[in-house]
Amino acid sequence: MTIEYRNIRNKLFKGIVIILTVICTLPLLLVLYRITKEGISAINWDFFVNLPKPVGEKGGGIANALVGSGLIILMASVFAIPLGISIGIYLSEFKKTKLAYFTLLSVDVLQGIPSIVIGIIIYLWVVKTMGHFSAVSGSIALSMMMLPAIIKSTEETLKLIPDTLKEASLSLGVPYYRTILKVILPAGITGILSGVILSVARVAGETAPLLFTAFGNPFMNTNITKPMSSLPSIIFNYAISPYEDWHKLAWGASFMLIAIILVLNIITKIAQRKWRVQF
Amino acid sequence: MTINRSYRKIKLQYIGRKEIRRINFTEASFKKMLLLSAIGLVVVLLAIFVTLLISSLPSIKAIGVGFIYGKTWDPVVDHYGGLPFLIGTLLTALLALIISIPFSLAVGLFLGEYFRSGVISGIFKNIIELLAAIPSVIYGFWGLFVLVPLVRSLETTLGVPPYGVGIFTSSIILAIMIIPYSVSLTAQVISLVPANLKEAAYSLGATRFEVIKNIILPYTRSGIFAGILLGLGRALGETMAVTMLIGNSHIIPTSIFSPGNTMASVIANEFTEATGDIYLSALIEMGLFLFVVTTIINVIGRRVIKRFSIN
Repeated sequence: MTIEYRNIRNKLFKGIVIILTVICTLPLLLVLYRITKEGISAINWDFFVNLPKPVGEKGGGIANALVGSGLIILMASVFAIPLGISIGIYLSEFKKTKLAYFTLLSVDVLQGIPSIVIGIIIYLWVVKTMGHFSAVSGSIALSMMMLPAIIKSTEETLKLIPDTLKEASLSLGVPYYRTILKVILPAGITGILSGVILSVARVAGETAPLLFTAFGNPFMNTNITKPMSSLPSIIFNYAISPYEDWHKLAWGASFMLIAIILVLNIITKIAQRKWRVQF
Repeated sequence: MTINRSYRKIKLQYIGRKEIRRINFTEASFKKMLLLSAIGLVVVLLAIFVTLLISSLPSIKAIGVGFIYGKTWDPVVDHYGGLPFLIGTLLTALLALIISIPFSLAVGLFLGEYFRSGVISGIFKNIIELLAAIPSVIYGFWGLFVLVPLVRSLETTLGVPPYGVGIFTSSIILAIMIIPYSVSLTAQVISLVPANLKEAAYSLGATRFEVIKNIILPYTRSGIFAGILLGLGRALGETMAVTMLIGNSHIIPTSIFSPGNTMASVIANEFTEATGDIYLSALIEMGLFLFVVTTIINVIGRRVIKRFSIN
């Protein structure tokens, strides 16, 4: 093997790596381009305030899905945030225990469970017990999907906080629970919050767990014990429909969803850079 | 001024026995709450498994092993053979892996070796992360309107029936969706290769390609394997995009271009319409299968990562 051959091979390989990496970025750009192009033209005032109209009628909107998504995610956060933070605290405070090992394992397993299986489980647990589809069951399903990210971010953030901080507080006679709630948590709040925002961004587009739980609803509904529409589920229903009008609504809804998710991701990025938890 | 104000806040306070008892009680219940939430998660996980198992018992009893090799899925005559979906699931996932491996390896080398820091690295890292942020349903929607026509014209040139939708189309979308998951691990392990190993090779006159081939790849083999495994776990359970693009046919796929169905897509399509106990139970049994397989994959992947980070 001559040195020229080896040099050429070296350069060639680097070229291939760069080309393949650039190709990998294409799908994101293509998806964003297409959705922005088709989505912006679908968005107008009617889009935000009207309910979906029958095929052929102009001026249909997705007000019910926007309200539904907001409510479902809000409820899911209410369920998931306290529980996730509490588990995260346990994992960082008692990391040597056997239970912590199994809990951490459960977090990893929960993270890997396909979202459709979560849908089945909540259907069996909640929907079957209640007897009908409901928004609250959708929220429970989403909250289960939010948990791993919240737990991990809480645990990893609290790990960074030095023990001296805790010891200082305890030595002043502050009870343990107050030390955790008033000293440790505030010190790591930005890290935990960015985990929460990221988990919201992740479940905002989840469709599969909502199929058999929140189900969908063509009307405006704010009753959490009734089926409720959401952005991802109307994207799914309208995308596979054969009607041009509905496709347009789906593009608009996709644009809204992507915009929300991108904004949440950017907020997390900025928060992580600006208010990094460090000691 | 500030000193004064904060000084005023401090009040000498006599803490009575009652007060102490109250604090102790809160303290104990706080610790109990932490413990309960941690136990709760483990219990929920076990409960998921048990629920799936119990709910799929009617189908396990009625169909037995035939569920795995039965070729026909016909709810009308109460016949449930899962082979078409098993093949569909494995085929799409494996094809997606084959498509994604060169890319995730390349991006891993790009971020972990060639461009470890700086603006370029930052941009590409964010783009790859955002690939994971796009919801499955939007990939499916985009695939229907962009990828399907492309595949259809490819199929016309190849002379196969131009469905557009099918195993091949879903695999491409799946590959795009799992690349970020594999990359996050691959890039990390590649960047963890000790500098002295690489420097030793450079000092012997190796080119960068030779360092990658002889040092980095052998050293990170298990980590890269774990990355691929996690991608596989994602691909097996991915639902929405596949449901929209695979064509939903209950016939065993004959080629990679034919339409098919995966376990996840069958569940998504038929679960709400499933009438009859065995029908519903058969669908839940597929959910159980997905749960068990992804759990095993995740546990193995975790082991590998752990061993790697210890090394």
